[in-house]
Amino acid sequence: MPPTETLFLESTTRIQKDPIHSFMDFQVWDFPGQLNFLDPTFDFDHIFGELGALIWVIDAQDEYLEPLSKLHTTIIAIQRFYPAINIEVFVHKVDGLSDEYKLDTQRDIMQRTQDELSDNGFDNVQVSYHLTSIYDHSIFEAFSKVIQKLIPQLGTLENLLNILCSNSGIEKAFLFDVLSKIYIATDSSPVDMQSYEICSDYIDVIVDVSEIYGYLVDPLQEEATVEASSIIRLQNGMVLYLREINKYLALICLMRKDSIEKQGLVDFNVQVFQNALQRVFEVGR
Amino acid sequence: MEERKGRKKKVLLMGKSGSGKSSMRSIVFSNYVAKDTRRLGATIDVEHSHVRFLGNLTLNLWDCGGQDAFMENYLATQRDHIFRNVEVLIYVFDIESREFERDLITYSSCIEALRDNSSNARIFCLVHKMDLVQTELRERLFNERRDVLVSRSLGLAITCFQTSIWDETLYKAWAGIVYTLIPNLPQLETHLHRFASIADAEEVILFERTTFLVISHVTRSPIPNPFPDRFEKISNIVKQFKQSCSKMASNFTAFELRAAGFSAFIDVLTPNTYILVVMPAGAAESATTLMNIAVARKHFEKLERDSSVRGVEKLGRDSSVRGAEKDSGVRGSEKGGGGVGEKDGINGN
Ligand SMILES: Nc1nc2c(ncn2[C@@H]2O[C@H](COP(=O)(O)OP(=O)(O)OP(=O)(O)O)[C@@H](O)[C@H]2O)c(=O)[nH]1
Ligand SMILES: Nc1nc2c(ncn2[C@@H]2O[C@H](COP(=O)(O)OP(=O)(O)OP(=O)(O)O)[C@@H](O)[C@H]2O)c(=O)[nH]1
Ligand SMILES: [Mg+2]
Ligand SMILES: [Mg+2]
Repeated sequence: MPPTETLFLESTTRIQKDPIHSFMDFQVWDFPGQLNFLDPTFDFDHIFGELGALIWVIDAQDEYLEPLSKLHTTIIAIQRFYPAINIEVFVHKVDGLSDEYKLDTQRDIMQRTQDELSDNGFDNVQVSYHLTSIYDHSIFEAFSKVIQKLIPQLGTLENLLNILCSNSGIEKAFLFDVLSKIYIATDSSPVDMQSYEICSDYIDVIVDVSEIYGYLVDPLQEEATVEASSIIRLQNGMVLYLREINKYLALICLMRKDSIEKQGLVDFNVQVFQNALQRVFEVGR
Repeated sequence: MEERKGRKKKVLLMGKSGSGKSSMRSIVFSNYVAKDTRRLGATIDVEHSHVRFLGNLTLNLWDCGGQDAFMENYLATQRDHIFRNVEVLIYVFDIESREFERDLITYSSCIEALRDNSSNARIFCLVHKMDLVQTELRERLFNERRDVLVSRSLGLAITCFQTSIWDETLYKAWAGIVYTLIPNLPQLETHLHRFASIADAEEVILFERTTFLVISHVTRSPIPNPFPDRFEKISNIVKQFKQSCSKMASNFTAFELRAAGFSAFIDVLTPNTYILVVMPAGAAESATTLMNIAVARKHFEKLERDSSVRGVEKLGRDSSVRGAEKDSGVRGSEKGGGGVGEKDGINGN
């Protein structure tokens, strides 16, 4: 859904459970803001028992003291029984705020949270903060980080990507969940927002073009299972390389054009990577 | 004067203040994305821009600030200056306007001024910001508005589009407008047909290079594509991606996708165009298609050059043209030979 269409969204009235079928199955539970789930009539264990991460969204464009104190009570309640749950705070709707104001807001929220938790005797609670907005890529980046923490094979994936990069002259490689456009792993070189953005926009191009001409696929042909591959050449000598890994995942690499001159080598290494990945997820099951 | 008109086409962009004129212009011609337009201020008087299109066609775009005081001026003291020699009037209506009746009165006054000064001008009405209307209601509302607009156009023929900067309808409307202005179109289309059949392509689309507006297309696939609006969709997709590239201070030069069922290639064709070639499943190697494009490139470049030379010859007979302008039209050593115009014919990037 494009950001502007969210204006028509109605307020959520019940807990909505959206199963996400991907390389790893998980469920997103969307809680109504109105709901007080610390109310004793709620089945606390049912809600938090199998939870991997709690994402708490704070509207940075609005008065946030009251929502913040609700967050604090929630963290304290969870800490007692389920200390393993990752707590992720999205300082949200930061579009329209100046960079300075964004950081001040985040700092203020962090400070208040830390103080409150200390006062209640919780000194070492890990809380992560993300500045997000639906009008740019920050929301995808934040979800990427949240999801990555929940993947047990993350270390292995990073290693495989590192090997792929160094063997093929690739500068940066991302493993993307195609539907959500969050990346579930990347090699260990630092992520800059620009590279992530262009890769994520690349997926849009591929998905959209594939949809438009997808009618040419003959469902009876074996061809239908061929994995898509794509290359984009940029004027500045960089090349984007994409390979569909399976129904859910795509590998996107950034490299200089010299590296793609040996495309056979890149293709081969990507194939090796793909096979290794298959094994990782099979073992994980 | 006639000949001069053939080369530079005056396009008026009018409508109430805040209706979205400058927003559309910036997205189509200056690589803005939709959300950047929130920062645009109201246009003061008229902002002129020259948009180079396919070598010999230049759009002389008059973005007329729509605040009441300016509008009154256009219709009174500046009447001749504004409405004379107009090829195209694009009039923008904000679908959310609370005073549609008042908008219509101003519109009719403009149409009257246009009729008196440029009786042959083409008129396009854009019913704009349709994203603010719920999807199910759009078609009906648009039809209603169109009927009213037709009845208020003093009997002149008009073409209406529904548009929004947030989706591909923007590109459909502007490609439709620009299409009517392109010279030597039949020739271009003949060449495109020939290329499509030589390459054995399912579909071929020709885009203008900077705007990515569709110039022409050929479909050979016998199975109908379920997306009749795919041409403007692709304009939109590629334009968005160009914008992401520009964040990396770059642009893309070539795109290749091999998927189940088809392969697609986008490549620079001439200094002013990109081409999209869609090949069926199991078609030849990528290299073959790329080579076909390379061969076609020569033909299309010649076509572009020829039409641009004709434009210059016409100009040469027009005593009012300054030498400098003539020089910028044609480069190269031979008389009339050499390259066509600049790659990026757009001001205000
Ligand atoms: N400016 C801005 N507006 C946003 C952003 N994210 C959401 N909104 C707007 O905020 C409004 C409310 O969004 P919802 O997603 O319905 O809020 P919610 O948290 O689900 O609310 P409940 O369902 O009532 O709990 C919508 O009009 C969105 O368009 C953002 O990043 N920036
Ligand atoms: N929702 C929506 N907003 C739009 C659309 N097009 C433009 N806008 C917004 O409308 C506002 C005014 O747009 P402008 O392009 O500056 O309006 P204008 O017609 O040039 O106004 P003047 O220069 O005063 O005549 C901007 O904030 C745009 O973001 C659209 O299709 N949908
Ligand atoms: Mg909700
Ligand atoms: Mg304006």
